[in-house]
Amino acid sequence: MSKLIPVPDELSQPFWDAVNERKLIVQNCDSCNKLQYPPKPACELCGSNSLSWKETSGKGHILSFFVVYDGRYQVRIPDQPYNVAVVTLDDDPGINFYSNLAGTPVKEVPVGAAVEVTFEEVAPGQLIHEWKLV
Amino acid sequence: MAIGGVEGTGWRRDKLGLGVWESQGKVAIVGWGNSPVDRRWDGVSMDKTYGAYALIAIKQALEDAGVKPEEVDGILACPETGAGATGGASADWGPSRPYFDAPYDSEWGLSRINAQWLIEQMPELSNVQYAPDNVPAIGEQMGMASQAVAEGKTQICLVVYGMNNFEGRYRHGGDNASPYAAGNRQWNAPWSSGDGLQLTGAITLQQYCHRYGVDWDEMMGPVIINEHRNGLMHDWGFYTLHGASGLTQDDYANARPVLWPCRIWDCDRPVNAVGAFLFTTAERAKDMKQKPVYVLNHNQGMGGTVRSTQETLDESEAARDHVAQMSYEGSGLTAKDIDIFNPYDGYSFFLPLTLEGFGWHGVGRGESSDFFNGDISVEGPHPFVSGGGNLGVGRTRTAMYIDSIQQLRGTAGKRQVNVKAETAICAFAPARSAAYLTLSNALP
Repeated sequence: MSKLIPVPDELSQPFWDAVNERKLIVQNCDSCNKLQYPPKPACELCGSNSLSWKETSGKGHILSFFVVYDGRYQVRIPDQPYNVAVVTLDDDPGINFYSNLAGTPVKEVPVGAAVEVTFEEVAPGQLIHEWKLV
Repeated sequence: MAIGGVEGTGWRRDKLGLGVWESQGKVAIVGWGNSPVDRRWDGVSMDKTYGAYALIAIKQALEDAGVKPEEVDGILACPETGAGATGGASADWGPSRPYFDAPYDSEWGLSRINAQWLIEQMPELSNVQYAPDNVPAIGEQMGMASQAVAEGKTQICLVVYGMNNFEGRYRHGGDNASPYAAGNRQWNAPWSSGDGLQLTGAITLQQYCHRYGVDWDEMMGPVIINEHRNGLMHDWGFYTLHGASGLTQDDYANARPVLWPCRIWDCDRPVNAVGAFLFTTAERAKDMKQKPVYVLNHNQGMGGTVRSTQETLDESEAARDHVAQMSYEGSGLTAKDIDIFNPYDGYSFFLPLTLEGFGWHGVGRGESSDFFNGDISVEGPHPFVSGGGNLGVGRTRTAMYIDSIQQLRGTAGKRQVNVKAETAICAFAPARSAAYLTLSNALP
Protein backbone atom coordinates (compact mmCIF):
# COMPACT_ATOMS: atom_id res chain seq x y z
CA MET A 1 0.00 0.00 0.00
CA SER A 2 1.24 3.49 -0.86
CA LYS A 3 -0.11 5.88 1.72
CA LEU A 4 0.12 9.62 1.81
CA ILE A 5 3.10 10.78 3.79
CA PRO A 6 2.38 13.11 6.72
CA VAL A 7 4.21 16.42 6.76
CA PRO A 8 4.90 17.40 10.38
CA ASP A 9 4.59 21.04 11.37
CA GLU A 10 5.64 22.87 14.50
CA LEU A 11 2.60 21.69 16.44
CA SER A 12 2.64 18.11 15.25
CA GLN A 13 6.39 17.45 15.23
CA PRO A 14 6.45 15.91 18.76
CA PHE A 15 3.58 13.61 17.80
CA TRP A 16 5.28 12.31 14.67
CA ASP A 17 8.61 12.03 16.47
CA ALA A 18 6.89 9.77 19.00
CA VAL A 19 5.24 7.72 16.25
CA ASN A 20 8.68 7.22 14.73
CA GLU A 21 9.68 5.78 18.13
CA ARG A 22 6.61 3.51 17.97
CA LYS A 23 4.71 5.40 20.64
CA LEU A 24 1.19 6.82 20.33
CA ILE A 25 0.91 10.08 22.25
CA VAL A 26 -1.89 12.63 22.37
CA GLN A 27 -2.27 16.01 23.99
CA ASN A 28 -3.52 16.19 27.58
CA CYS A 29 -5.01 19.41 28.90
CA ASP A 30 -3.28 20.48 32.11
CA SER A 31 -6.40 22.38 33.18
CA CYS A 32 -9.31 20.00 32.53
CA ASN A 33 -7.26 16.80 32.23
CA LYS A 34 -8.96 15.78 28.98
CA LEU A 35 -7.16 14.16 26.08
CA GLN A 36 -7.06 15.82 22.67
CA TYR A 37 -6.31 14.48 19.19
CA PRO A 38 -5.50 15.80 16.62
CA PRO A 39 -3.28 18.29 18.40
CA LYS A 40 -4.42 21.90 18.58
CA PRO A 41 -2.83 25.05 19.99
CA ALA A 42 -5.42 25.16 22.80
CA CYS A 43 -7.82 22.76 24.51
CA GLU A 44 -11.02 22.51 22.50
CA LEU A 45 -13.01 21.75 25.63
CA CYS A 46 -11.86 24.40 28.12
CA GLY A 47 -9.77 26.78 26.03
CA SER A 48 -6.59 26.36 28.05
CA ASN A 49 -3.36 26.63 26.12
CA SER A 50 -1.50 24.59 28.74
CA LEU A 51 -1.20 21.21 27.06
CA SER A 52 1.21 18.33 27.60
CA TRP A 53 1.88 15.15 25.64
CA LYS A 54 0.74 11.86 27.16
CA GLU A 55 1.41 8.35 25.95
CA THR A 56 -1.74 6.30 25.41
CA SER A 57 -2.44 2.66 26.10
CA GLY A 58 -2.59 2.02 22.36
CA LYS A 59 -5.80 0.06 22.88
CA GLY A 60 -9.04 0.81 21.12
CA HIS A 61 -12.29 -0.43 19.59
CA ILE A 62 -13.77 -0.15 16.11
CA LEU A 63 -16.61 2.38 15.93
CA SER A 64 -17.57 2.33 12.25
CA PHE A 65 -16.11 1.92 8.78
CA PHE A 66 -16.60 2.18 5.05
CA VAL A 67 -14.82 0.82 2.01
CA VAL A 68 -13.09 3.05 -0.52
CA TYR A 69 -13.83 1.99 -4.08
CA ASP A 70 -13.39 5.35 -5.80
CA GLY A 71 -11.34 7.73 -3.67
CA ARG A 72 -9.74 11.02 -4.59
CA TYR A 73 -6.12 10.43 -3.58
CA GLN A 74 -4.19 9.43 -6.66
CA VAL A 75 -1.48 7.50 -4.84
CA ARG A 76 -4.10 5.27 -3.22
CA ILE A 77 -6.06 4.36 -6.32
CA PRO A 78 -4.05 1.13 -6.85
CA ASP A 79 -5.04 0.01 -3.34
CA GLN A 80 -8.78 0.18 -3.98
CA PRO A 81 -10.94 -1.24 -2.55
CA TYR A 82 -9.70 -0.77 0.99
CA ASN A 83 -11.30 -0.40 4.42
CA VAL A 84 -11.34 2.87 6.34
CA ALA A 85 -12.31 2.32 9.95
CA VAL A 86 -12.74 4.69 12.86
CA VAL A 87 -11.10 3.48 16.06
CA THR A 88 -11.95 4.94 19.46
CA LEU A 89 -9.26 5.08 22.10
CA ASP A 90 -9.97 3.03 25.22
CA ASP A 91 -8.31 5.68 27.40
CA ASP A 92 -11.04 8.11 26.24
CA PRO A 93 -13.60 6.96 23.64
CA GLY A 94 -14.11 10.59 22.65
CA ILE A 95 -10.76 10.38 20.89
CA ASN A 96 -10.69 8.58 17.56
CA PHE A 97 -8.34 7.64 14.74
CA TYR A 98 -8.61 6.41 11.19
CA SER A 99 -7.22 3.03 10.22
CA ASN A 100 -7.03 0.77 7.19
CA LEU A 101 -6.98 -2.34 9.43
CA ALA A 102 -4.34 -4.15 7.43
CA GLY A 103 -5.12 -7.84 7.12
CA THR A 104 -8.88 -7.41 7.57
CA PRO A 105 -10.74 -8.42 4.40
CA VAL A 106 -12.66 -5.70 2.59
CA LYS A 107 -16.17 -5.16 4.06
CA GLU A 108 -15.48 -7.68 6.84
CA VAL A 109 -14.72 -5.14 9.53
CA PRO A 110 -15.99 -6.32 12.94
CA VAL A 111 -17.60 -3.19 14.39
CA GLY A 112 -17.08 -3.14 18.14
CA ALA A 113 -14.01 -5.38 18.08
CA ALA A 114 -10.88 -4.63 20.10
CA VAL A 115 -7.79 -3.34 18.30
CA GLU A 116 -4.31 -2.25 19.24
CA VAL A 117 -1.94 0.24 17.73
CA THR A 118 0.79 -0.76 15.35
CA PHE A 119 3.12 1.26 13.16
CA GLU A 120 3.72 1.28 9.46
CA GLU A 121 6.47 2.85 7.39
CA VAL A 122 5.15 5.13 4.66
CA ALA A 123 8.48 6.68 3.67
CA PRO A 124 12.06 6.05 4.76
CA GLY A 125 12.19 7.08 8.41
CA GLN A 126 8.53 8.06 8.58
CA LEU A 127 6.06 5.82 10.37
CA ILE A 128 2.34 6.31 10.80
CA HIS A 129 0.10 4.84 13.47
CA GLU A 130 -2.14 2.02 12.37
CA TRP A 131 -4.41 -0.44 14.13
CA LYS A 132 -4.86 -4.20 14.04
CA LEU A 133 -7.39 -6.62 15.49
CA VAL A 134 -6.37 -8.07 18.82
CA MET B 1 -20.53 53.09 -8.70
CA ALA B 2 -18.73 51.08 -6.02
CA ILE B 3 -18.29 47.47 -7.02
CA GLY B 4 -16.22 45.11 -4.94
CA GLY B 5 -14.92 45.48 -1.43
CA VAL B 6 -15.29 43.29 1.57
CA GLU B 7 -18.49 42.91 3.56
CA GLY B 8 -18.03 42.39 7.29
CA THR B 9 -19.54 39.58 9.32
CA GLY B 10 -22.13 41.61 11.22
CA TRP B 11 -24.93 40.35 8.99
CA ARG B 12 -24.55 36.76 10.16
CA ARG B 13 -27.02 35.05 12.46
CA ASP B 14 -24.80 32.24 13.62
CA LYS B 15 -25.72 31.35 17.18
CA LEU B 16 -28.60 30.47 19.43
CA GLY B 17 -30.23 33.15 21.55
CA LEU B 18 -30.75 35.77 18.83
CA GLY B 19 -34.52 35.33 18.99
CA VAL B 20 -36.94 35.86 16.14
CA TRP B 21 -35.27 37.62 13.19
CA GLU B 22 -35.87 41.32 13.73
CA SER B 23 -36.59 41.85 10.03
CA GLN B 24 -38.97 38.95 9.70
CA GLY B 25 -41.44 39.55 6.89
CA LYS B 26 -39.69 42.72 5.69
CA VAL B 27 -37.80 40.99 2.86
CA ALA B 28 -39.21 38.95 0.00
CA ILE B 29 -37.95 36.80 -2.84
CA VAL B 30 -39.68 37.98 -6.01
CA GLY B 31 -37.91 36.21 -8.83
CA TRP B 32 -35.81 33.21 -9.79
CA GLY B 33 -34.11 31.81 -12.81
CA ASN B 34 -31.96 28.80 -13.61
CA SER B 35 -29.90 28.05 -16.66
CA PRO B 36 -30.05 24.65 -18.33
CA VAL B 37 -28.04 22.05 -16.42
CA ASP B 38 -25.25 20.39 -18.38
CA ARG B 39 -22.82 17.76 -17.20
CA ARG B 40 -19.83 19.85 -18.32
CA TRP B 41 -19.00 22.78 -20.51
CA ASP B 42 -17.67 21.32 -23.75
CA GLY B 43 -15.04 24.00 -24.35
CA VAL B 44 -16.63 24.96 -27.65
CA SER B 45 -20.20 26.18 -27.19
CA MET B 46 -19.81 29.83 -26.23
CA ASP B 47 -23.56 30.10 -25.60
CA LYS B 48 -23.24 27.47 -22.86
CA THR B 49 -20.34 28.82 -20.84
CA TYR B 50 -20.65 29.38 -17.15
CA GLY B 51 -20.89 33.12 -17.80
CA ALA B 52 -23.46 32.73 -20.56
CA TYR B 53 -25.53 30.57 -18.26
CA ALA B 54 -25.28 33.20 -15.52
CA LEU B 55 -26.73 35.79 -17.90
CA ILE B 56 -29.55 33.41 -18.84
CA ALA B 57 -30.41 32.85 -15.19
CA ILE B 58 -30.29 36.58 -14.41
CA LYS B 59 -32.58 37.47 -17.31
CA GLN B 60 -35.02 34.75 -16.27
CA ALA B 61 -35.07 36.03 -12.69
CA LEU B 62 -35.68 39.61 -13.86
CA GLU B 63 -38.43 38.46 -16.21
CA ASP B 64 -39.98 36.31 -13.50
CA ALA B 65 -40.11 39.30 -11.16
CA GLY B 66 -41.03 41.88 -13.77
CA VAL B 67 -37.99 43.93 -12.74
CA LYS B 68 -35.91 45.97 -15.17
CA PRO B 69 -32.13 45.53 -15.04
CA GLU B 70 -31.62 49.19 -14.18
CA GLU B 71 -33.76 48.74 -11.06
CA VAL B 72 -31.24 46.30 -9.59
CA ASP B 73 -28.99 48.10 -7.12
CA GLY B 74 -27.25 45.12 -5.51
CA ILE B 75 -25.51 42.00 -6.77
CA LEU B 76 -24.28 39.13 -4.63
CA ALA B 77 -22.38 36.81 -6.98
CA CYS B 78 -20.50 33.93 -5.42
CA PRO B 79 -17.11 33.44 -7.08
CA GLU B 80 -16.41 29.87 -5.99
CA THR B 81 -15.85 27.05 -8.45
CA GLY B 82 -17.80 23.84 -8.45
CA ALA B 83 -14.91 21.59 -7.54
CA GLY B 84 -13.09 23.94 -5.22
CA ALA B 85 -9.39 24.16 -4.49
CA THR B 86 -8.78 20.45 -4.95
CA GLY B 87 -10.59 20.36 -8.26
CA GLY B 88 -7.66 20.26 -10.62
CA ALA B 89 -8.67 20.31 -14.27
CA SER B 90 -12.38 20.12 -13.58
CA ALA B 91 -12.34 23.35 -11.54
CA ASP B 92 -10.28 25.88 -13.53
CA TRP B 93 -10.17 26.26 -17.30
CA GLY B 94 -6.61 27.53 -17.35
CA PRO B 95 -3.72 27.54 -17.34
CA SER B 96 -3.51 24.12 -19.01
CA ARG B 97 -6.05 25.15 -21.64
CA PRO B 98 -5.89 28.37 -23.68
CA TYR B 99 -8.30 31.18 -22.98
CA PHE B 100 -10.53 32.76 -25.63
CA ASP B 101 -11.29 36.20 -26.96
CA ALA B 102 -12.87 38.63 -24.53
CA PRO B 103 -14.91 38.28 -22.43
CA TYR B 104 -13.51 34.79 -21.95
CA ASP B 105 -9.85 35.78 -21.76
CA SER B 106 -9.48 34.76 -18.11
CA GLU B 107 -11.20 32.49 -15.59
CA TRP B 108 -13.99 35.05 -15.28
CA GLY B 109 -16.95 33.81 -17.24
CA LEU B 110 -15.46 30.34 -17.65
CA SER B 111 -15.05 29.00 -14.12
CA ARG B 112 -16.01 32.02 -12.01
CA ILE B 113 -18.37 34.95 -12.01
CA ASN B 114 -18.46 38.19 -10.09
CA ALA B 115 -20.49 41.38 -10.23
CA GLN B 116 -17.87 43.22 -12.27
CA TRP B 117 -17.87 40.64 -15.05
CA LEU B 118 -21.66 40.38 -15.09
CA ILE B 119 -22.09 44.14 -15.35
CA GLU B 120 -19.57 44.34 -18.18
CA GLN B 121 -21.60 41.79 -20.14
CA MET B 122 -24.92 43.29 -19.16
CA PRO B 123 -24.46 47.07 -18.97
CA GLU B 124 -28.20 47.50 -18.45
CA LEU B 125 -27.38 46.59 -14.84
CA SER B 126 -26.50 50.25 -14.62
CA ASN B 127 -27.45 51.14 -11.06
CA VAL B 128 -25.58 48.60 -8.94
CA GLN B 129 -24.33 50.24 -5.76
CA TYR B 130 -23.74 47.22 -3.54
CA ALA B 131 -21.66 44.25 -4.72
CA PRO B 132 -19.11 42.95 -2.23
CA ASP B 133 -16.52 40.43 -3.41
CA ASN B 134 -16.60 38.08 -0.44
CA VAL B 135 -19.87 36.35 -1.12
CA PRO B 136 -20.27 32.90 0.47
CA ALA B 137 -21.86 29.82 -1.05
CA ILE B 138 -25.59 29.84 -1.64
CA GLY B 139 -26.63 28.56 1.78
CA GLU B 140 -25.19 31.62 3.48
CA GLN B 141 -25.51 33.84 0.41
CA MET B 142 -29.32 33.77 0.59
CA GLY B 143 -29.14 34.96 4.19
CA MET B 144 -26.61 37.63 3.27
CA ALA B 145 -29.02 38.96 0.65
CA SER B 146 -31.91 38.89 3.10
CA GLN B 147 -29.95 40.85 5.66
CA ALA B 148 -28.59 43.33 3.10
CA VAL B 149 -32.11 44.18 1.94
CA ALA B 150 -33.37 44.35 5.51
CA GLU B 151 -30.62 46.81 6.42
CA GLY B 152 -31.23 48.96 3.36
CA LYS B 153 -27.88 48.25 1.70
CA THR B 154 -29.79 47.33 -1.42
CA GLN B 155 -33.42 47.65 -2.43
CA ILE B 156 -33.41 45.07 -5.21
CA CYS B 157 -30.67 42.50 -4.84
CA LEU B 158 -29.66 39.98 -7.45
CA VAL B 159 -28.20 36.73 -6.08
CA VAL B 160 -26.17 34.69 -8.57
CA TYR B 161 -24.78 31.26 -7.77
CA GLY B 162 -23.34 28.66 -10.08
CA MET B 163 -21.46 25.40 -10.23
CA ASN B 164 -18.97 24.88 -13.04
CA ASN B 165 -17.62 21.61 -14.37
CA PHE B 166 -15.05 20.87 -17.06
CA GLU B 167 -13.39 17.74 -18.42
CA GLY B 168 -11.25 16.04 -15.81
CA ARG B 169 -11.83 13.89 -12.74
CA TYR B 170 -13.72 15.84 -10.14
CA ARG B 171 -11.52 16.84 -7.18
CA HIS B 172 -8.65 14.62 -8.26
CA GLY B 173 -6.30 17.56 -8.70
CA GLY B 174 -4.57 19.97 -6.38
CA ASP B 175 -3.65 18.55 -2.98
CA ASN B 176 -5.44 15.31 -3.79
CA ALA B 177 -2.83 14.54 -6.43
CA SER B 178 0.04 14.97 -3.97
CA PRO B 179 1.72 12.06 -2.17
CA TYR B 180 2.07 14.27 0.91
CA ALA B 181 -0.42 15.19 3.61
CA ALA B 182 0.21 18.56 5.23
CA GLY B 183 -1.86 20.72 7.57
CA ASN B 184 -5.11 19.18 8.75
CA ARG B 185 -4.76 16.49 6.11
CA GLN B 186 -1.96 14.81 8.06
CA TRP B 187 -4.63 13.52 10.45
CA ASN B 188 -6.84 11.81 7.89
CA ALA B 189 -5.27 11.54 4.44
CA PRO B 190 -2.74 8.76 5.16
CA TRP B 191 -5.62 6.35 5.82
CA SER B 192 -8.60 7.75 3.99
CA SER B 193 -10.11 8.49 0.61
CA GLY B 194 -10.49 12.20 0.33
CA ASP B 195 -11.04 15.08 2.65
CA GLY B 196 -14.19 16.73 3.81
CA LEU B 197 -17.80 15.79 3.84
CA GLN B 198 -17.55 12.66 1.77
CA LEU B 199 -15.30 11.08 4.35
CA THR B 200 -16.93 12.26 7.55
CA GLY B 201 -20.55 11.98 6.50
CA ALA B 202 -20.50 8.47 5.10
CA ILE B 203 -18.89 6.96 8.19
CA THR B 204 -21.38 8.75 10.40
CA LEU B 205 -24.33 7.28 8.55
CA GLN B 206 -22.71 3.85 8.70
CA GLN B 207 -22.62 4.31 12.48
CA TYR B 208 -26.28 5.33 12.30
CA CYS B 209 -27.13 2.10 10.47
CA HIS B 210 -25.36 0.04 13.10
CA ARG B 211 -26.98 1.87 16.01
CA TYR B 212 -30.53 1.77 14.71
CA GLY B 213 -30.37 -1.56 12.92
CA VAL B 214 -31.10 -0.01 9.54
CA ASP B 215 -29.99 -1.26 6.12
CA TRP B 216 -28.35 1.54 4.11
CA ASP B 217 -29.72 0.42 0.75
CA GLU B 218 -33.25 -0.07 2.06
CA MET B 219 -33.22 3.37 3.67
CA MET B 220 -31.53 5.44 0.99
CA GLY B 221 -32.87 3.83 -2.20
CA PRO B 222 -36.47 5.03 -1.84
CA VAL B 223 -35.61 8.62 -0.99
CA ILE B 224 -33.09 8.91 -3.85
CA ILE B 225 -35.51 7.39 -6.36
CA ASN B 226 -38.18 9.82 -5.19
CA GLU B 227 -35.78 12.74 -5.62
CA HIS B 228 -35.08 11.67 -9.20
CA ARG B 229 -38.82 11.58 -9.82
CA ASN B 230 -39.29 15.06 -8.34
CA GLY B 231 -36.31 16.42 -10.24
CA LEU B 232 -37.80 15.36 -13.56
CA MET B 233 -40.71 17.69 -12.86
CA HIS B 234 -38.44 20.73 -13.32
CA ASP B 235 -38.01 21.80 -16.94
CA TRP B 236 -34.37 22.81 -16.40
CA GLY B 237 -32.81 19.91 -14.44
CA PHE B 238 -30.06 17.61 -15.65
CA TYR B 239 -32.21 14.51 -16.03
CA THR B 240 -35.01 16.47 -17.70
CA LEU B 241 -32.63 17.81 -20.33
CA HIS B 242 -30.32 14.85 -20.78
CA GLY B 243 -32.50 11.80 -20.11
CA ALA B 244 -34.16 10.31 -17.07
CA SER B 245 -32.07 7.98 -14.92
CA GLY B 246 -34.85 5.40 -14.72
CA LEU B 247 -33.39 4.52 -11.34
CA THR B 248 -34.96 1.55 -9.55
CA GLN B 249 -34.25 0.03 -6.16
CA ASP B 250 -32.34 -2.83 -7.80
CA ASP B 251 -30.32 -0.36 -9.85
CA TYR B 252 -29.47 1.55 -6.72
CA ALA B 253 -28.50 -1.48 -4.67
CA ASN B 254 -26.28 -2.79 -7.47
CA ALA B 255 -24.76 0.53 -8.47
CA ARG B 256 -21.05 1.25 -8.43
CA PRO B 257 -19.85 1.86 -4.88
CA VAL B 258 -17.85 5.00 -4.17
CA LEU B 259 -17.36 4.71 -0.43
CA TRP B 260 -19.34 1.54 0.18
CA PRO B 261 -22.12 1.42 1.24
CA CYS B 262 -22.29 4.91 -0.29
CA ARG B 263 -22.92 4.44 -4.01
CA ILE B 264 -22.69 6.67 -7.04
CA TRP B 265 -26.37 7.62 -6.72
CA ASP B 266 -25.79 8.86 -3.15
CA CYS B 267 -23.54 11.58 -4.62
CA ASP B 268 -24.85 14.57 -6.51
CA ARG B 269 -23.75 14.80 -10.12
CA PRO B 270 -21.28 17.66 -10.76
CA VAL B 271 -22.73 19.95 -13.42
CA ASN B 272 -22.29 23.25 -15.23
CA ALA B 273 -25.22 25.51 -14.36
CA VAL B 274 -26.14 28.83 -12.76
CA GLY B 275 -29.14 30.02 -10.76
CA ALA B 276 -30.31 33.54 -9.90
CA PHE B 277 -32.74 35.01 -7.38
CA LEU B 278 -34.14 38.48 -6.75
CA PHE B 279 -34.68 39.81 -3.24
CA THR B 280 -36.42 43.06 -2.36
CA THR B 281 -38.31 44.72 0.46
CA ALA B 282 -41.75 43.45 1.33
CA GLU B 283 -43.04 46.93 0.56
CA ARG B 284 -41.76 46.93 -3.02
CA ALA B 285 -42.69 43.29 -3.49
CA LYS B 286 -46.37 44.13 -3.02
CA ASP B 287 -46.58 45.68 -6.48
CA MET B 288 -44.42 43.21 -8.35
CA LYS B 289 -45.42 40.54 -10.82
CA GLN B 290 -45.31 37.51 -8.55
CA LYS B 291 -46.82 36.67 -5.23
CA PRO B 292 -44.07 37.58 -2.72
CA VAL B 293 -42.34 34.86 -0.81
CA TYR B 294 -41.31 36.40 2.51
CA VAL B 295 -38.15 35.57 4.42
CA LEU B 296 -38.97 34.62 7.99
CA ASN B 297 -35.44 33.77 9.08
CA HIS B 298 -31.92 33.00 7.95
CA ASN B 299 -29.00 31.42 9.79
CA GLN B 300 -25.32 30.75 9.23
CA GLY B 301 -22.47 29.12 11.08
CA MET B 302 -22.23 25.62 12.45
CA GLY B 303 -24.01 23.50 15.00
CA GLY B 304 -21.65 22.16 17.60
CA THR B 305 -18.07 21.00 17.36
CA VAL B 306 -16.19 17.82 16.58
CA ARG B 307 -13.87 16.75 19.36
CA SER B 308 -11.54 14.40 17.54
CA THR B 309 -10.62 13.27 14.02
CA GLN B 310 -13.98 11.89 12.95
CA GLU B 311 -17.38 13.38 13.70
CA THR B 312 -19.33 10.80 15.66
CA LEU B 313 -23.02 10.05 15.35
CA ASP B 314 -23.66 11.64 18.74
CA GLU B 315 -21.94 14.82 17.57
CA SER B 316 -23.84 14.77 14.27
CA GLU B 317 -27.18 14.35 15.97
CA ALA B 318 -26.43 17.07 18.51
CA ALA B 319 -25.37 19.41 15.71
CA ARG B 320 -28.57 18.83 13.73
CA ASP B 321 -30.62 19.45 16.87
CA HIS B 322 -28.71 22.68 17.40
CA VAL B 323 -29.17 24.06 13.89
CA ALA B 324 -32.84 23.08 13.91
CA GLN B 325 -33.24 24.96 17.18
CA MET B 326 -31.52 28.00 15.65
CA SER B 327 -33.83 27.85 12.65
CA TYR B 328 -37.01 27.47 14.67
CA GLU B 329 -35.94 30.16 17.14
CA GLY B 330 -35.29 32.62 14.32
CA SER B 331 -38.58 32.00 12.55
CA GLY B 332 -40.71 31.54 15.64
CA LEU B 333 -42.14 28.43 14.05
CA THR B 334 -42.03 24.81 15.16
CA ALA B 335 -41.68 21.59 13.23
CA LYS B 336 -45.43 21.20 12.84
CA ASP B 337 -45.64 24.63 11.20
CA ILE B 338 -43.32 23.73 8.31
CA ASP B 339 -45.15 22.62 5.19
CA ILE B 340 -42.32 22.30 2.66
CA PHE B 341 -38.96 20.84 3.66
CA ASN B 342 -36.12 20.99 1.16
CA PRO B 343 -32.91 20.24 3.09
CA TYR B 344 -29.51 19.81 1.45
CA ASP B 345 -28.82 16.42 -0.07
CA GLY B 346 -25.49 16.83 -1.88
CA TYR B 347 -24.74 13.51 -0.36
CA SER B 348 -27.82 11.50 0.42
CA PHE B 349 -26.42 10.58 3.80
CA PHE B 350 -27.13 14.05 5.18
CA LEU B 351 -30.87 13.52 4.82
CA PRO B 352 -31.75 11.14 7.67
CA LEU B 353 -29.88 13.13 10.30
CA THR B 354 -31.26 16.47 9.10
CA LEU B 355 -34.82 15.16 8.91
CA GLU B 356 -34.62 13.77 12.42
CA GLY B 357 -32.94 16.89 13.82
CA PHE B 358 -35.71 19.11 12.49
CA GLY B 359 -38.36 16.56 13.47
CA TRP B 360 -40.30 17.32 10.30
CA HIS B 361 -43.59 15.39 10.19
CA GLY B 362 -42.72 13.97 13.59
CA VAL B 363 -39.79 11.86 12.44
CA GLY B 364 -37.59 10.99 15.41
CA ARG B 365 -34.23 9.32 15.98
CA GLY B 366 -33.72 6.23 13.86
CA GLU B 367 -37.09 6.63 12.10
CA SER B 368 -35.98 7.93 8.71
CA SER B 369 -35.94 4.55 7.00
CA ASP B 370 -39.57 3.90 7.86
CA PHE B 371 -40.43 7.44 6.75
CA PHE B 372 -38.61 7.12 3.41
CA ASN B 373 -40.32 3.81 2.78
CA GLY B 374 -43.72 5.43 3.31
CA ASP B 375 -45.38 7.88 0.94
CA ILE B 376 -42.96 10.76 0.41
CA SER B 377 -44.20 11.58 -3.09
CA VAL B 378 -45.32 15.11 -3.88
CA GLU B 379 -48.86 13.80 -4.24
CA GLY B 380 -48.85 12.23 -0.79
CA PRO B 381 -49.04 13.36 2.81
CA HIS B 382 -45.27 13.68 3.39
CA PRO B 383 -43.72 15.37 0.32
CA PHE B 384 -40.10 15.26 1.44
CA VAL B 385 -37.57 17.21 -0.71
CA SER B 386 -40.32 18.12 -3.14
CA GLY B 387 -37.77 19.95 -5.28
CA GLY B 388 -35.77 16.83 -6.02
CA GLY B 389 -32.67 18.37 -4.50
CA ASN B 390 -29.19 18.07 -5.91
CA LEU B 391 -29.63 14.36 -6.42
CA GLY B 392 -32.70 14.93 -8.56
CA VAL B 393 -31.52 17.82 -10.76
CA GLY B 394 -27.72 17.80 -10.53
CA ARG B 395 -25.35 19.65 -8.29
CA THR B 396 -26.81 23.13 -8.78
CA ARG B 397 -27.62 23.70 -5.10
CA THR B 398 -30.60 25.75 -6.29
CA ALA B 399 -33.46 23.25 -6.53
CA MET B 400 -34.19 23.45 -2.82
CA TYR B 401 -34.80 27.18 -3.08
CA ILE B 402 -36.59 27.21 -6.42
CA ASP B 403 -39.02 24.50 -5.39
CA SER B 404 -39.77 26.19 -2.09
CA ILE B 405 -40.53 29.47 -3.88
CA GLN B 406 -42.71 27.70 -6.43
CA GLN B 407 -44.58 25.66 -3.83
CA LEU B 408 -45.39 28.80 -1.81
CA ARG B 409 -46.49 30.64 -4.95
CA GLY B 410 -48.56 27.65 -6.01
CA THR B 411 -46.69 27.42 -9.32
CA ALA B 412 -44.81 24.14 -8.90
CA GLY B 413 -46.85 22.43 -11.61
CA LYS B 414 -46.65 18.66 -11.42
CA ARG B 415 -44.60 19.00 -8.25
CA GLN B 416 -47.21 21.13 -6.50
CA VAL B 417 -47.93 19.34 -3.27
CA ASN B 418 -51.43 18.40 -2.25
CA VAL B 419 -50.83 19.34 1.37
CA LYS B 420 -50.79 22.91 2.60
CA ALA B 421 -47.88 24.96 1.23
CA GLU B 422 -47.62 28.18 3.21
CA THR B 423 -44.20 27.82 4.85
CA ALA B 424 -40.92 26.27 3.77
CA ILE B 425 -37.43 25.52 5.03
CA CYS B 426 -34.76 25.22 2.37
CA ALA B 427 -31.01 24.95 2.54
CA PHE B 428 -27.60 24.38 1.18
CA ALA B 429 -26.34 23.28 4.57
CA PRO B 430 -23.74 20.51 4.44
CA ALA B 431 -23.28 18.38 7.54
CA ARG B 432 -23.30 20.60 10.66
CA SER B 433 -23.92 23.84 8.74
CA ALA B 434 -26.71 26.06 10.07
CA ALA B 435 -27.40 27.78 6.73
CA TYR B 436 -31.16 27.31 6.63
CA LEU B 437 -33.69 29.75 5.18
CA THR B 438 -37.32 29.89 6.29
CA LEU B 439 -39.94 31.26 3.90
CA SER B 440 -43.66 32.02 3.97
CA ASN B 441 -46.22 33.17 1.45
CA ALA B 442 -47.92 35.34 4.07
CA LEU B 443 -46.70 38.17 6.24
CA PRO B 444 -46.18 37.10 9.86
